[in-house]
Parts: sequence; structure tokens; C-alpha cells
Amino acid sequence: MNEYEINLKEVSLAYGNTEVVHRVSFGIKRGVFAGLVGPNGSGKSTIIKSLSRILEPVYGQISLRGQNIKNMKQKDLARLLAVVPQNAVVPSLFSAFEIVLMGRNPHKGFLSYEDEKDMSIVRDAMEKTDTWRFRDRRIHELSGGEIQSVVIARALTQDTDIIVLDEPTAALDVARQIEILNFLRGHCKERNKTIIAAIHDLNLAAHYCDRMILLKKGDVFMNDAPSKVITNENLSEVYGSGSYVYPHPLSGLPAVLPMVEGIFHSQEVIANLSDCAPSGLWLFWYLFRRALPRAIDQRLSAFIYAYFRAESP
Amino acid sequence: MNNNLNQDNTDSCAPEKKSGRFRGQIISLLILAPVLLAVMVAATGLGSVNVPFGHTLGIISSRLLFFLDFGNPSWTEPQAVIIFDVRLPRVVMAALCGAALAMAGAVYQGLFRNPLADPYLIGVSQGGAFGAVLAIFLPVNWNAFSVWMIPAFAFSGALLVTFLVYRISRTGNVLPATTLILAGIALGAFFSAGVSYIISISGTKIGSMVLWLMGSFNNAMWNEVRVTFPIVLAGLFVLILFGRSLNVMQLGDDQAKQLGLNVERDKKILLAVSTVIVAAAVSFVGIIGFVGIIIPHAVRLLWGPDYRFLLPLSVLLGAIFMVATDIAARVLFAPAEIPVGVITAACGAPFFLYLLRKKIKSIF
Repeated sequence: MNEYEINLKEVSLAYGNTEVVHRVSFGIKRGVFAGLVGPNGSGKSTIIKSLSRILEPVYGQISLRGQNIKNMKQKDLARLLAVVPQNAVVPSLFSAFEIVLMGRNPHKGFLSYEDEKDMSIVRDAMEKTDTWRFRDRRIHELSGGEIQSVVIARALTQDTDIIVLDEPTAALDVARQIEILNFLRGHCKERNKTIIAAIHDLNLAAHYCDRMILLKKGDVFMNDAPSKVITNENLSEVYGSGSYVYPHPLSGLPAVLPMVEGIFHSQEVIANLSDCAPSGLWLFWYLFRRALPRAIDQRLSAFIYAYFRAESP
Repeated sequence: MNNNLNQDNTDSCAPEKKSGRFRGQIISLLILAPVLLAVMVAATGLGSVNVPFGHTLGIISSRLLFFLDFGNPSWTEPQAVIIFDVRLPRVVMAALCGAALAMAGAVYQGLFRNPLADPYLIGVSQGGAFGAVLAIFLPVNWNAFSVWMIPAFAFSGALLVTFLVYRISRTGNVLPATTLILAGIALGAFFSAGVSYIISISGTKIGSMVLWLMGSFNNAMWNEVRVTFPIVLAGLFVLILFGRSLNVMQLGDDQAKQLGLNVERDKKILLAVSTVIVAAAVSFVGIIGFVGIIIPHAVRLLWGPDYRFLLPLSVLLGAIFMVATDIAARVLFAPAEIPVGVITAACGAPFFLYLLRKKIKSIF
């Protein structure tokens, strides 16, 4: 009956008496990679918390697969939805392997010990996230990015159909960000999992998400495909001025650049282009692309994008 | 070439890690259990009247297995009385207390995710002390009840204060660890003040009060053991079941919930049960410090942080440690006896300093 895997109906969330999220409604279908974006304090993390019932809604209801999470057992919820928190606290004496193994907790009884099957699930998850190589290291010897990968491996080990991530790439370098998001997207598409991630980086979000939910001060400002959401109008409305959207030279998807007042090379360039363009070689490329008819430009970008995709491992 | 190297690296140490992951811990458990029994028998034999090891074993087994015929005893009746009716209950009590304190210490450290947590963190000791001191002070002739007055008062005091701390710090259905600790400190200070006040006006009874406060197994007889034994044993069994929960709790409340743990329920059970076993131990023998801190940390250093093994290993090591320190208390300055709390503190303080010197982060 309910086609949405995750469905929020008029959900209000509050810390004490301060309401942070106001009557928010949206639904996410199965197999969709959804991005939750918005400025600081717009309620991204709060919504993420409410999905795993750490924060109970003061109004409205959240359902997963048509089932109100309020009526679910904690354990059943953990079998359906795994969370990668933003700054995961990890006890320092445990090894990376043991932390990942804790992901099997919702599937285990009171006294049962992990068997071969659990071990192979853990190994699989750790190899996919490239954490198997430091499985025996104590967690406090690892870097922030490595810990983040370990926590993602733990969420995979939980073997849930829904994965919720709060800033999964915040502590990672660019290459790792792309690696992790590539993997998550693959996981989402190949196994028909539903992923919802709070992502700060609009560029990354635009490239990986099927849908973006743009939040503004605790309300859903827009819920649509990235190309519809990431526009100059929307961003200046939500974030204020300070960002500039242009099509990514390779993918054609919207990309966001910072636009800082007073740090332009020359006002004339802006005046001539009527908006801000990237400098140097990119400027040349950009002008070239602008000169092309739109249809050809799109073909070109699709070709280039496919070419680079094929090149990368 | 490079690929080959990588292949080797990933494959070499994978499989044997799985099957033998807990071999060390399991072997240690199997070794420590008989060691505990041996130490207990040795402790029973040692003392001002020395009884040979063989005789001790004979007396204990003949009394416990009274339905079997052991033939003519090679020991004298007074020896049997000393061993079985005087020393054995004391040793059993020491083992029970050590086990209860070490277990509760491990549970509290896990529950509060604080390496310095000990079983007395949330007011058990202050409440117990207040109850005991009050019982000694009250100018009532309890006659028949006199033996039970101090333990009964201490037990109720300990539970009462812990319950107060719990009620104060609970907000809604949630029990924040920091509030719990702070409320424990505040109420503990209040009841400590009460203890000091009663001591200051107690006059001649001051001696027995101070003795209780220092902790001793001197008064432990079978009657006391009969009360403590079932409580502590049942508590230990319940707590050992929560190893997995405590492991997951180390990730913090939020992540524990996200991993399917009913955090608040488990917290309450763990708190209640560990408080009861500590109160049961403390009310008969007084406050014995440091055991609850040293033992879990030693186990952690030796066998790692997995609570499913940390808890049972702490129980065994705690019992062994307590019995051993009780031997020391009786034998070191024989025939004089020093309070066992003095010895645990003497061992505990240096270990504590060692913990502080070593980075807490690398051991907890």
C-alpha cells in the first residue's frame, strides 16, 4: 500500500522546547540514494537522528516500509536501518575488527557468539570499505578517515535494507570521499538498498544522489532531482549569496563554486560574462562550451563523462 | 609482482583469526577456576594454627560430602572446627566479596564508560557506611537481632542512597551517566558528612565503627555467608549475561540504540543488580576499596576489552585477589590482624598511579 521505503509525515522535532524541524513531510522510494542538504542548523542531523529513534518526533510520524517506527522494537529497527553517525564515538581498546563485528549485534541473541557466517559478512564488509588491512589495529591508532570507514563497514555488517549516513565524507580526503560514495552508490543500486545521507558538499551530493532534499531552517525547501535543486535561485534563497552554480565541465551536472565578494580578478570579466566563470584553462573551456549549441554541448559532456568513467577503475 | 605481494598479505592471517579468537580467554577461565579453589583451600589451611594442606582438604571434603565414608580421620576435632567453622566461611566470604566487587567495578566502568568508576561510585559505600554507623550508634538493646542489625542497616542504607541517586538523576525515561555520577558524588558527600557527625558524637563506640569502615572478614560466619552467597551468585549469573550489551554500550548510548540495544532497560538492570550484590557484600564486611578498580583493569590489560570475557575473568580474578589479600591480612603480622582494606589499598594505590601514568586512553 505504501510505496515509500522511508516516509515522514508532518514530522516536528525538538530539543527540549526548541523546535528544530517543523512539520516536515517527504518520502523516499526503495533503491534510491537520497541526499539531505542544507545549511548548518537546517535540521539535517536532527532528521537523521529521528530516523533511528534517538529523537522522538513531537508531532507526526515516521514510517519505514509502512510501519511506524514508534511501534517497532529497537532490535527490529536495527535490522531494517543502519546508521553511520557523524562523529562516531568508538571505545579505544577494541580493534577495528571487533567494532565492525558489533554490527552483527541486532542479529544475535543474548548469549550467542558470532559464527563463521558473521565472520565472513564482516570480512566482506571490511574488504569493500578497504578496512580489512588494519583490522587488528586498535581503534585509537587509526586516523579520522579510517575510523569513518570502519563505522561504514559496521553499518554494512548490520545487513539492513536502509542505510542512513550523517556526513559520511566529512573527515575524508577527496579521493576517499569519491571512493566511499562510489561504493555506497554501487551498494544502493546493485542490491536495491535505500540510502539517505546528510551531505554538506553540494557538489558531491549533486553527483551521487538520485534525489536531493534541500532543507531550510527546519522545512523542506525542495525535494527533487539534483539538477532541479541545485540552481542559483534555490541556493541563494537557502544559503544566501556566496555560491555560484555552473554545469560541471565533464558531467554536465550542476556544480557549485564559492563566490566571495571582493576576491574577483577583475570586475570587467564578470561584467562581460554576466556571471562568474572559472579562470585559466577552465575559462577557455567554459567559453568554448558556452559557444556551442546546447544540444551539442550535452552530447559532448555525455561523451567525455562516459570516457572518464570507463577509464577509472 | 606487486599484486602477488598484496594477495599474500590479505590471505595469510585471515582464517585462523576467526576460530581461535577467544582461545586465550577460554583457557584462562579454565585455569583460573581451579586456581581459585586451590587458593581458597590454601587460605583455609594458613593461620595462627597451621593445618597441613592434606588435612585441610580432608576436613573440607568430609564435611561437604558428609554422606561418603572417609574412614578414620587423621585430624583432630579442634582442627576440624577451626578449619570448617571458623576459617572456611571467612574464606568463602572473601571470595564472594572479591567476585562481587570486581564484577560490579567492571560493570560500572562499562556502564559509565569511565575507567575510574568503581562499585562505590553512586553512593553504595556512603549509604552502607551511614547505615552501619547508625546501627552501631543507636542506643537500643537489640538482643536477638544484634548480629543482624549492622548488616541490615548497612544494606538498606546502601540501597536507599543508590535509589535516591537514581531518582534524582533520571530525566523522563533516560538515565544520563554524567548526571548519575554527579548526583552520586553529591549525595555521597552528604551521607559521608552524616557518618562523620555520628562518629564524632559516638564516644566509646568509635572503635567498632572505624573497624567496620575499614572492612574486615573477621565476623564472617556461615550464617552471614548463607545470606550473601545466594544474592551474590544470582547477581553474578545475571550480570554475566550482559557481556554483549556492555560491549555495544561502549559505543555510547546513541550508537548502542542504533545497533538494536534496548539501552535504558539494560542500564537499569545492570545498575540494580550490581548495586544489590555490592550492598550484599559491603553490609557484612565493611568497605573494601580498590578491588573494584584494580581487577577489571588488570583483566583488560591481560585479556582485552571484550565484556563477555572481562566479566567472568574479573569474577575469578577478584575472588582470587580478595582471598589472597585476606591471607596477607591474617598472616603478615600474625598474630595481629590488619584490616583487609588496608592491604587492598596498599596494593591498589600504586596500581592506580600506574594507570594514571600510563595514558588512560591506551588502556580503556
